[in-house]
Amino acid sequence: MSMQRRGWQFWAQLCFTLSVCAFLIVPVVLSALAGVTANFFIGLESGLTLRWIGEVWDLYAETMFLSLWIALACLGVTLLLGVPAAYVLAKQGGRFARLIEETLVLPIAVPGLAIALALILSYGEFRDFRASWGFILVGHVLYTLPFMVRAVLAVLASMDFNTLEEGAATLGAGFVYRLRTVVLPNARPGILAGSLMVVTLSIGEFNLTWMLHTPVTKTLPVGLADSYASMRLEVASAYTLVFFVMIVPLLLAMQWLSRSEKRLPRNHRPTLDTEHE
Amino acid sequence: MSESTAVHIRQCAKTFADGTRALAPVDLEIAGGETVVLLGPSGCGKTTLLRIIAGLETADAGGQVLFNAQDVTALPVEKRNVGMVFQSYALFPNMSVRENIAYGLRVRKHTRSQRAQRVAEMLSMMHINELADRAVSQLSGGQRQRVALARAIAVRPRVLLLDEPLTALDALLRERLRIEIDSLLRSLGITAIYVTHDQAEAMALADRIVVMSQGRIAQQGTPRDVYQNPQNPFVADFIGTVNRLRGTLTEHGVHAQGTLLPLGKGLTVSATKEVDLLFRPEDMRIVPAEEAQFIGTVSSAFYLGDRTRLLLAGIGDAPVMVEVSAREPIARGTEVGVSIDPQGLMMMPGTPS
Amino acid sequence: MSHTPFLRLMPMLIPAGITFIAFFLLPMVKLAVVGATGDAGLAAYASILTTPRHWESLIATLILSISVTAVALMISTLAGLFLVRNLFPGREVLVAMLTFPLAFPGVVIGFLVILLGGRQGLVGEISQALTGDKVVFAYSMTGLFIGYLYFSIPRVILTIMAAAEKLDPALEEAARSLGASTWRVLVDVILPALKPGLIASGAICFATSMGAFGTAFTLATQIDVLPMTIYTEFTLNANIAGAATLSIVLGLVTWLALFVARSLSGATVAASG
Ligand SMILES: Nc1ncnc2c1ncn2[C@@H]1O[C@H](COP(=O)(O)OP(=O)(O)O)[C@@H](O)[C@H]1O
Ligand SMILES: [Mg+2]
Repeated sequence: MSMQRRGWQFWAQLCFTLSVCAFLIVPVVLSALAGVTANFFIGLESGLTLRWIGEVWDLYAETMFLSLWIALACLGVTLLLGVPAAYVLAKQGGRFARLIEETLVLPIAVPGLAIALALILSYGEFRDFRASWGFILVGHVLYTLPFMVRAVLAVLASMDFNTLEEGAATLGAGFVYRLRTVVLPNARPGILAGSLMVVTLSIGEFNLTWMLHTPVTKTLPVGLADSYASMRLEVASAYTLVFFVMIVPLLLAMQWLSRSEKRLPRNHRPTLDTEHE
Repeated sequence: MSESTAVHIRQCAKTFADGTRALAPVDLEIAGGETVVLLGPSGCGKTTLLRIIAGLETADAGGQVLFNAQDVTALPVEKRNVGMVFQSYALFPNMSVRENIAYGLRVRKHTRSQRAQRVAEMLSMMHINELADRAVSQLSGGQRQRVALARAIAVRPRVLLLDEPLTALDALLRERLRIEIDSLLRSLGITAIYVTHDQAEAMALADRIVVMSQGRIAQQGTPRDVYQNPQNPFVADFIGTVNRLRGTLTEHGVHAQGTLLPLGKGLTVSATKEVDLLFRPEDMRIVPAEEAQFIGTVSSAFYLGDRTRLLLAGIGDAPVMVEVSAREPIARGTEVGVSIDPQGLMMMPGTPS
Repeated sequence: MSHTPFLRLMPMLIPAGITFIAFFLLPMVKLAVVGATGDAGLAAYASILTTPRHWESLIATLILSISVTAVALMISTLAGLFLVRNLFPGREVLVAMLTFPLAFPGVVIGFLVILLGGRQGLVGEISQALTGDKVVFAYSMTGLFIGYLYFSIPRVILTIMAAAEKLDPALEEAARSLGASTWRVLVDVILPALKPGLIASGAICFATSMGAFGTAFTLATQIDVLPMTIYTEFTLNANIAGAATLSIVLGLVTWLALFVARSLSGATVAASG
């Protein structure tokens, strides 16, 4: 818009935005550096090393695998539960569907700590369940399911899939065939966005997991909290670095996805369809 | 209202940051109180020129915009005192109709009673009294456009700029608002620059039409002038419908498809050359075969109610369009003879086929 | 077609429904009941007002969350508007970096705050070099404030940018053609258009700050914000009923914030993190 006139305001705002960016990025860089520095207190002069990463691997490799495993299981469950639910809600519409949607997304309005307490109080006495990774999975599914439902619902709501489905039906396609050939392919961007979100959130979930975990079911963020409390700074940093490496591809994929959606024709201005007075 | 403002545009070109050359250097003089319509196909640079006049876009270095004697080139839009009507209406959704219309007055720090009075004036001028306290979202397209117009003229702008104000409306409403805008512009005596791609709209509203093509002015003149004497094939094609035949110009007349057409009044020709003959459907008549200049076969007939439009094959490379009275039906495949009114014959340098 | 009977669609809703009821609704009811069945009975819900420790922690958490929300909204509006309205080389990278910490969990953010303002933190090093005084803020409310700001800014910037991109540029041009200054355009056109986004993201910011646990947990156990109080009651004091009542109150506050925001802005609003 204002490409030509770049007064002091432009530069002032740019500086401001750059400082905000620095605030967000500098600690990440610090942490990454600390994870590969031989001695953080001496600084980079002490040399770079992969020793801390190795130590993290020895100590915490299991937490990483458990986190990945739970994230994938969580993805599977939310796909199975969330996509059909979103379809029904989009199809049904109206007050009742709104109400169900509102209720389904409650778990993100309520702090994880409260949900975790409720789960422990209700199912804590089932010892085997309580001690298994399944207990953590339940928490993660509750917390991530709304994101899956929302993402799919948003795409379905924006594409008038009812008309598409009607079109397919007039051509003789039955319910399952329509679902497979028309609804699901068109809902794919939403399913993809929801999936990325679910995996990312599950890998990073701490509020619930800290309460739900047991010494044998430690996830990555639980391990991180553990290392922050008890390990030397370099190890904690190296562990954080490993976490970044796991999560950054997911974040990049999400940004790429939302940008490629934006590239689709967009209604920048109000729709200019003709109308009668 | 103070006396009207003349607009002078001198060598205004526009190259966008991405390298798009939207406007070649353009000169345009607009007299005070005149209604000028910028007409051309989508993407020809009409909006860009309008936005340069408004101050929403800066012309490339060397371009100048003057309001009367005042050079406003460096003046930002908020200081130019122009009224602008946008295709998307651009009404402020957080304000009522009344607040929208009063906005420019509020910015200019008019008193409350001045504002109320002017708004009332505008509401009744645009026949929207009953909408005053509606939210913008509760208005239909036509009502929105009326509010947008009222808002733009409420500040008594020096120049009124309208960018395809009717394009978003349906045909019937477009016609009605066009008539209203026409009488509004005449009663205000304001200098108005109106952008459209609709030639019928341009013909109806304009004191002067400026036909644009690919960032240049292709021709300007009164609607009659532009329609009857197009100076190049683009203008002829864009305004109204034309038929086109290739021919050879000699001292005797024009030879086309084996027929010699006489030249209009006192034209002399020094050398033989290839030409394109252009003529409009209404300048052709159906005549008995023995008087006909051309014989064609009806390939399609469109009954339009008041007349019938025929497409004739076998005369030129492309079908020739003729309009005839709708009395008796003419079947497809009928052979008909036509002749062209010499007054309606236009000639352009030949285009290679 | 569009009238597929609901009963025929219903089975597709059942798996999600059962999971939800069994693992969310019933446990939440149980939580509320447990809260009321401690020594104090239903009066336990009043304990948040009668126990100074609980009351103070609620107030502290509210003040913290409100100030984080206000500051995050201001910072993000400035930066987000700037990014949407200006094209310059490197803009894309800047946007990516600003939204990048979006999914960092609270524990990690706590650690990043320690790296900034902890005993060996960057700010301390710099301040020591400059003034001889070592500034350490990580293990206090200030540290928590910085940490919450850290995870709020990316979310709010994203919402603001989305809203600002939808803004019809003709609106701003119309205002300017009517003589409005940059400031007036901001107040009369841009901020009203951003309002739903500001309310929505503000509510998310507030609710997330109210319920966040990981950051405080990493920074120090003696910061008395509500989630830490709940955690202490549950694990150290074995005060299960107290922890349950506080959790219910906390859940109601965050849900209410989101609910009010949704009714005000008409948009869908949800906390996360
Ligand atoms: N902001 C811009 N950046 C780059 N190119 C532009 C911009 N605005 C318009 N153009 C281009 O300039 C040309 C003229 O556009 P415009 O004046 O809007 O045409 P019209 O109003 O006649 O349809 C078009 O090719 C258009 O794509
Ligand atoms: Mg245009």
